[in-house]
Amino acid sequence: MLQTALNALALGSVYALMAVGIGLVFGVLRLVNFAYGQLIMAGAFSLAVTSEHGWPDWASLLTCFAVVIALSLLMEVAVFRPLRDAPPATMLVATFAIAFLLQAIALMKFGSLGKVATIFPGLFDPVADSGRFATVRWVTIVAIALGVVAVVGLTVLLDRTSVGLHMRAAAADFRTARLLGVNANRVITLAVVLSGVLAAAVSVILVIQTPLVVPSFALRDTIIVLVGVVVGGLDRLWTATLGGFSIGVATSIFTDKLPTDATVYVDSFVFGLVILVLLLRPSGLFAPRSARPVERA
Amino acid sequence: MRLGSLVGFVVPALLVVAVAAVGSFVSSANEIYFLTALVDVVIVVGLYVFVGNSGVVSFGHISFVAVGAFGAGLATIPTDVKPNILPDLFPFIRDHSIGNVESLLLAAALGGVFAFLVGLPLMRLSGLAAGIATFAVLGITHNVLLYYTKIGPGAGTMTSIPETTHLTQALVAALIAIAVAWLYQLSPLGRLVRASREDAAVAQAVGVSVHRQRLWAFTLSGAICGFAGGLLVHQLGTITAEGVYLDLTFLTLAMLVVGGAGSLLGAVVGALLVSGLDSFLVNAENGVHVLGVSFDVPSGASLVVLGALMALILVLRPAGLTGGREARLPRLRRERPQEPRPATGGTS
Repeated sequence: MLQTALNALALGSVYALMAVGIGLVFGVLRLVNFAYGQLIMAGAFSLAVTSEHGWPDWASLLTCFAVVIALSLLMEVAVFRPLRDAPPATMLVATFAIAFLLQAIALMKFGSLGKVATIFPGLFDPVADSGRFATVRWVTIVAIALGVVAVVGLTVLLDRTSVGLHMRAAAADFRTARLLGVNANRVITLAVVLSGVLAAAVSVILVIQTPLVVPSFALRDTIIVLVGVVVGGLDRLWTATLGGFSIGVATSIFTDKLPTDATVYVDSFVFGLVILVLLLRPSGLFAPRSARPVERA
Repeated sequence: MRLGSLVGFVVPALLVVAVAAVGSFVSSANEIYFLTALVDVVIVVGLYVFVGNSGVVSFGHISFVAVGAFGAGLATIPTDVKPNILPDLFPFIRDHSIGNVESLLLAAALGGVFAFLVGLPLMRLSGLAAGIATFAVLGITHNVLLYYTKIGPGAGTMTSIPETTHLTQALVAALIAIAVAWLYQLSPLGRLVRASREDAAVAQAVGVSVHRQRLWAFTLSGAICGFAGGLLVHQLGTITAEGVYLDLTFLTLAMLVVGGAGSLLGAVVGALLVSGLDSFLVNAENGVHVLGVSFDVPSGASLVVLGALMALILVLRPAGLTGGREARLPRLRRERPQEPRPATGGTS
C-alpha cells in the first residue's frame, strides 16, 4: 500500500515535471512541443555516453543539462521562431517532425539496442534493508522531492518576480503583453530554457529508474503526459501540471494494481479513463465550471 | 455545379491516373513504389477530409487505418490456414473468410464506426486539445493490437493475407477516395465544417454545431482511412501492430502538411511526392544509381533526411507546397489587381 502510494507519487511527480515543461512553452508560444520526449531522450543518451567513457557523475550531470538546454534553444531559434506566426496546426506538425528527426538521428547513431547509462547507481538501492521500506528505492524519494521543489520554485518565480509576471502576462495574451513592453524574445527564451532544465532533470530520474537508453526512450511517457496535460486543461499552467500529475498517478496505480495478465493493457486503461473523463468534463478536468471549450483564434 | 469547381476533382484525379499509368510501364520490381504511392494517397485523402476541412490536426487517424488493415486482413486469410497461423482467434473470426471487395467494405465500415464512437467524446474538445487527445485513441488501438491475440497476431506478424491490391484496384480506390472527399467538401456539410475551421466562435454564433460537424468529418475520414487500411494490408500481404503506429502517423501527416493541408490537391500532391521520396531514400540506403550518379546513403539516413526535409518545408512554406489552394482553371481575362482571395484559400 505504502509502496503503491509512493510509486504513484513518484511517477506523478515526474509526469508533473514534464507537464510543467510542456505547459511553460505552450503558455508563451501556444505551441505544443511534441519533441519534448526527444529532449529527454537526448539527455539520457548524453548520460549514457559520458558514463560509458568513465566520466564522474557530476560531469555527466552537467553535460546532460548542457546538451538538453542547448538543444531546446536550438529548436527555438531554428524552428519555433520562424513559425511563430504560422497556424497552430503547422507548428504542431513541425514539432512532430523535429521529434521524428531527433529520434531518427539517435537510431542512426546509437542503433535500436541503445546504451546503458550507469549514473548514481546508489539511488536505485532500497531505502532500508528490511521492513516496510525495503521495496522503496531512493530514486522514488528523489523524484517526489524534485517534483515538489520544481513546483514550489516555479510558483515563486511566476508569482514573485517581475520576469515571472511577464511570463504570465505573455501566457494570458501575448500580443497585448508585447504592446505593454514585455520583451517577447527574453520571455520565450526563459520559458524554453526552463523547460529544457526540467527535461534534463526528468531524463536523470528516468535513466536511474531504467538505465537502458534506446531511441524511443521516454516516448511513451511523453504521449501519456501530452494527453494528461490536455485532460487537465492546456490554458493554465497549474491545470496542465495537475493533469500531468494525475495521469502519472493513474498510470502508476494501474501498473501496480491490475492483475498480472492485464498489466500489458495499462495504456488502454489509462487512455480509456482519459476518454471517460473527457466525456464528462470536455473543458478539462480542473478547468473552472464556467470555462467553455471555445477556441481562441 | 460550376465547371470551375469540377477542376478541383479533375486535377488530383489526373495526377493519380498519371502515376498509375507510369506504374504500369515500369518493371514489376519497381511497380511496388507506384502501388505504395497510390495507397498513401488514399490514407492522406482520408486524413485530409478531417484535418483539412476542420483545421484540427489528428494524430489518431492511423488507428482507423490499423483497424481497417487488421479487419480486412483477418477476414481474408483463407480458412484452411487461419486456424494454424492464428490459433487464439475468436472462433467466429477463425472459421469465416470473405472476398476481397467485401473485406475493403468491411474495413471502411470498421474505420467509420470506430471513428464515430471515439469522436463522440473527443470532438467536444477545443481544436488543439481534440487533436492531442486523439493520441489516446492511437495508444489504445496500438496497445490492444499488440497484445490481444484473440483478434490478431499480437506482437507477431499477420501473414498469408491475399495480395490483391494491384495497380487497377489501387487506382480505382484512389479515385473513389478523391471523389468522396471532393463531393464532401462541396456539400452543405463540408461547407459548415469549413466555416468552423475559419472561425469556430463565429460559426457557433451563426448556429453551426461545431461538435456535430467535426464529428461527421471525423467519421467520414475514419471510413476512408479504414478503407485505406484494407488496401494497405492487401498490398503488403503481412501486417504488424508496429507497422500502423507512430512512423506511419508521422509519414502521412508529413505528406498532408508538405502538400498543403488546406486543399485536396495538396493532400494528393503531398502524398505522391513524399511517398516517392521515401521510396527513393529507402532504396538509397541499399545504394542506388540515378542518371549515372551513385548515391551511397548510410542505413537509417532516410528517416533523418525525411524529418529534416519536412521541418525545412514547414519553416519555408508553412501552408505547404500548394499553399492550401485547389486547382483552378487559368483565367482567360487578365486578373484585376485587387481581386479577393477565393474562399477555399488559406489554412488557418
